[in-house]
Amino acid sequence: MSAINKHGRKRGDARGERIDVRKTYKLYIGGAFPRSESGHSYAVADRTGTFVANAALASRKDARDAVLAARKAFGGWSGRTAYNRGQVLYRIAEVMEDRRPQFVQAVVQSEGVSVDAAEGVVDEAVDRLVWYAGWADKVAQVVGGANPVAGPFFNLSSPEPTGVVAVLAPQESSLLGLVSAVAPVVVTGNTAVVVSSYERPLPAVTFAEVLATSDVPAGVVNILTGSAATIGPWLAAHMDVNAIDLVGVAGDAALATDLEVAAADNLKRVRRAPATEPDWSADPGLEPMTAFLEVKTVWHPIGV
Amino acid sequence: MSSTSTVPAAPSGDAGVYADVTRSESALRRFLHGLPGVDQVGAEARAAALGTRSIKTTAKEHALDLAVRMVDLTTLEGQDTPGKVRALASKAMRPDPADPSCPQVAAVCVYPDLVATAKQTLGSSGVHVASVATSFPSGRAALEVKLADTRAAVAAGADEVDMVIDRGAFLAGHVQQVFDEIVATKQACARTDGPDAHLKVIFETGELQTYDNVRRVSWLAMLAGADFIKTSTGKVQPAATLPVTLVMLEAVRDFREATGRMIGVKPAGGIRTAKDAIKYLVMVNEVAGPDWLDPEWFRFGASTLLNDLLMQRTKMRTGRYSGPDYFTLD
Amino acid sequence: MPDIFEYAPAPESRGIVDIKPSYGLFIGGDFVEGHGTSFKTVNPATEEVLAEVAEADAADVDAAVAAARAAYDSVWSRMPGRERAKYLFRIARILQERGRELAVLESIDNGKPIKESRDVDVPTAAAHFFYYAGWADKLEHAGLGRRQDGSVPRPLGVAGQVIPWNFPLLMLAWKIAPALACGNTVVLKPAETTPLTALLFAEICQQADLPPGVVNIVTGAGATGQALVAHPDVDKVAFTGSTEVGKAIARAVAGTSKKVTLELGGKAANIVFDDAPIDQAVEGVVNGIFFNQGHVCCAGSRLLVQESVAEEFLARLKRRMGTLRVGDPLDKNTDIGAINSAEQLAKIRELSAIGEAEGAGRWSPACDLPATGYWFPPTIFTGVSQAHRIAREEIFGPVLSVLTFRTPAEAVEKANNTPFGLSAGVWTEKGSRILFMADRLRAGVVWANTFNKFDPASPFGGYQESGYGREGGRHGLEGYLR
Repeated sequence: MSAINKHGRKRGDARGERIDVRKTYKLYIGGAFPRSESGHSYAVADRTGTFVANAALASRKDARDAVLAARKAFGGWSGRTAYNRGQVLYRIAEVMEDRRPQFVQAVVQSEGVSVDAAEGVVDEAVDRLVWYAGWADKVAQVVGGANPVAGPFFNLSSPEPTGVVAVLAPQESSLLGLVSAVAPVVVTGNTAVVVSSYERPLPAVTFAEVLATSDVPAGVVNILTGSAATIGPWLAAHMDVNAIDLVGVAGDAALATDLEVAAADNLKRVRRAPATEPDWSADPGLEPMTAFLEVKTVWHPIGV
Repeated sequence: MSSTSTVPAAPSGDAGVYADVTRSESALRRFLHGLPGVDQVGAEARAAALGTRSIKTTAKEHALDLAVRMVDLTTLEGQDTPGKVRALASKAMRPDPADPSCPQVAAVCVYPDLVATAKQTLGSSGVHVASVATSFPSGRAALEVKLADTRAAVAAGADEVDMVIDRGAFLAGHVQQVFDEIVATKQACARTDGPDAHLKVIFETGELQTYDNVRRVSWLAMLAGADFIKTSTGKVQPAATLPVTLVMLEAVRDFREATGRMIGVKPAGGIRTAKDAIKYLVMVNEVAGPDWLDPEWFRFGASTLLNDLLMQRTKMRTGRYSGPDYFTLD
Repeated sequence: MPDIFEYAPAPESRGIVDIKPSYGLFIGGDFVEGHGTSFKTVNPATEEVLAEVAEADAADVDAAVAAARAAYDSVWSRMPGRERAKYLFRIARILQERGRELAVLESIDNGKPIKESRDVDVPTAAAHFFYYAGWADKLEHAGLGRRQDGSVPRPLGVAGQVIPWNFPLLMLAWKIAPALACGNTVVLKPAETTPLTALLFAEICQQADLPPGVVNIVTGAGATGQALVAHPDVDKVAFTGSTEVGKAIARAVAGTSKKVTLELGGKAANIVFDDAPIDQAVEGVVNGIFFNQGHVCCAGSRLLVQESVAEEFLARLKRRMGTLRVGDPLDKNTDIGAINSAEQLAKIRELSAIGEAEGAGRWSPACDLPATGYWFPPTIFTGVSQAHRIAREEIFGPVLSVLTFRTPAEAVEKANNTPFGLSAGVWTEKGSRILFMADRLRAGVVWANTFNKFDPASPFGGYQESGYGREGGRHGLEGYLR
């Protein structure tokens, strides 16, 4: 046993062992932190099996509320200038960097990796946010453009965000994977309803706290701690959700297929589940963003 | 001489220079649609740029006093009672009991059935009584009803009448009907035993939505005989905004240029702070011109604005930030 | 017009800036002495001397280029784009944080109104750094293809950059941000009448912990600029300034492998049709020529107004000019500040006198100009034709030449009848006509129903003698990569 306890005090200090104030892990919906309307929670353990906290267990009604919040936020968020969205994402990175020790601890706890490895994960996650922040005011230039049609017409194609996107966040990569799934959705103006990793929800909750203090408007990102298998179907079938990312059910082909079938009811844009989670440190490319973009093409005659 | 969409110059004095325009609905519509368009982004940018003017010290004192004198202190609620109106009228005459140097407001604005109460309280103080009329705020009633509403207000002694146009008719393109209703309401403001009531015409710009519409309806109202053009009832969001008022100020400026006749402007609703009010005064100054910087030609339709003006006046006098407890809540 | 509503002075406080009595050069991450003849920079509104500034002689320029080369070879070219990006993001943030200080300093050194330096120059400069920071690690997506070996486009090396006095900090941002984002290192020479914000920028580079030598600032005049442009170890030359000097540079780099971009003068036509949104068009014309005292390469210095509305338009224009406030740049209500230098004032006066002599009608609103400092009232010349010198030569001051036209084709013809080709404005409510005109106007930037709009995402640059290359946008990367 160390001579210094985890609070930095010498054991045997006359003040005795300090009892810490433990955090309650709640949902993040519409910019606020409610408990699940179901009143349910579930026990979250660290990689050694030790109890860490009871996280809120999101219900279908929480998912419904989150979709409402995301829809409400969409007009304002997509209406902001790309520059502004880029600034907000960069701000998230700033605040995350500032909270680095907390995130390192969350990753160690959730993923059971060493502190060094966790530092590397946090580095990547912050850099990933910065990378996406820089895309906000460039996507249109790379994906859009003038089209040389055969007639006296001005013709311009521009990408637009599709709307409310459901994201079943990766089960294993609870911070880097989470950031890599959420950032490309919102940087272009979509709003998101995210179901975090079931067994590793705590980095997502800390991430929600960062969002709440980083000038991100309420409802742009909503985070539900809970089960992708339970909540996923409700989101996949929701007629006011425009797209869904199924990476959180990677490896469960049957469930992924069911969700894709449900999504077809309103022809959601579906980002299919891979067989296994990808290497999150690889260059994401454009596809995570373009999967959730529509292309609008406008014509106008040219003449006196 | 220019013969295109912009305003033709005319010899001074006579609004009858537009007699041919108002002779038929098609002529009126062609004229209104021939007015120059308003670019939304440009108009909003100009309004915002004028909002960056910094008004300090003596200029600010002068502006605050002027703004107080331009307030039409308003109560237009279903729950208004004679007691409420008496309290409002007292405040109109003596806005700041702690400072007798504070000027009176321009007018009190109430529903027609409370005009008599207001008049009684205000006596010969010089504060006017403005009454809304024509089935305010919606304007959705038969013309006879709207005119009877107007006559009642005039009979009760209103110095000014704030009417609403029929927005449905305007948006459906029945410009002649809108025009005729203004003319009829103006006639209903006439008195044989005293000066005619002045007519303010409310557009409800929030429902008209485009600046082009605001320009057209401004010209329509001025041609029909409005004494004042007014943005809003205050019951619909958005109410008055700087860019909408900018377009209206340009209209009255152009109208005087063309006919020699001056028309007043009243933004109403949503002007809550002294800072906002000063922005409007700057805009009046630089767009229509200093001739309009007078309660006879510019008014604020407001209720909470007055207390903020008083607080700012107090700060300029004492150097200290004040609080709501030092001003009356009515 | 007499002001019954006098606004009262509303001065921005000078207390926030700390101008040193003298400044050295910024080389290799430190301030060092220059070996040329130091010179003074002056506040053009008061003629007060602000500071003594070092002149970089040929040896100093050599040292700066060497520092840039060393930083390129050992640090910057090896650094992954994502790390370079973060330096640029830091700089962008500090520009925002020190925004007021930079704006006040810019107004004092340049003469432009604080309203403009605060609301336009500084925020746009910060935005350029934000924008280009994001490209640093995305060059494979810039649409420039790949190199022969399949790799992502590479930086050129050391860039020598010479900027003018009209938007000192903003021009610095336009040059440095893309250069650094692409992996180049820079040696930048600010104009001799406006060095102070560049020198404050050097401090900001230090605050951002930018590796030494990545940015070097060498102050001086024409000789310093020439030495920099001609230096054999400079791979890229970027210049913004007069067409005359631009041509000299093009000659100087001939036969070398230096890549060059030039952003030069203009004589833009601001074209108003009879169906223009007339009040906004008046604003656009006023903004086009009086913003920044007309010291703008893309200024709308020729008003081409359709003859059928000319009289009406001019009446409104004159009335609007009557509300322009000329005076102390640090007063928040000033619209038009001081002319940047005695030299520039003399040029403006000379060309205006020529305009009068050529028979154009000269008009300015009544203005109370201060007794000291360099001032010129907003001025229009009516009855101008293409044959007048004031219709052809860039005045670079608050002077508008007014011509008329009858048809769209004639407007195009007159607008294009110039060796310049930087920008143009079109005012009409008819969409197809906007596009028709935009199609035919030989100008790198066409503003329709607006004017003088700048954004880091939007490419800017001219045709013909207004220069070549583009700054801003994805296209702005091209000049700094191979």
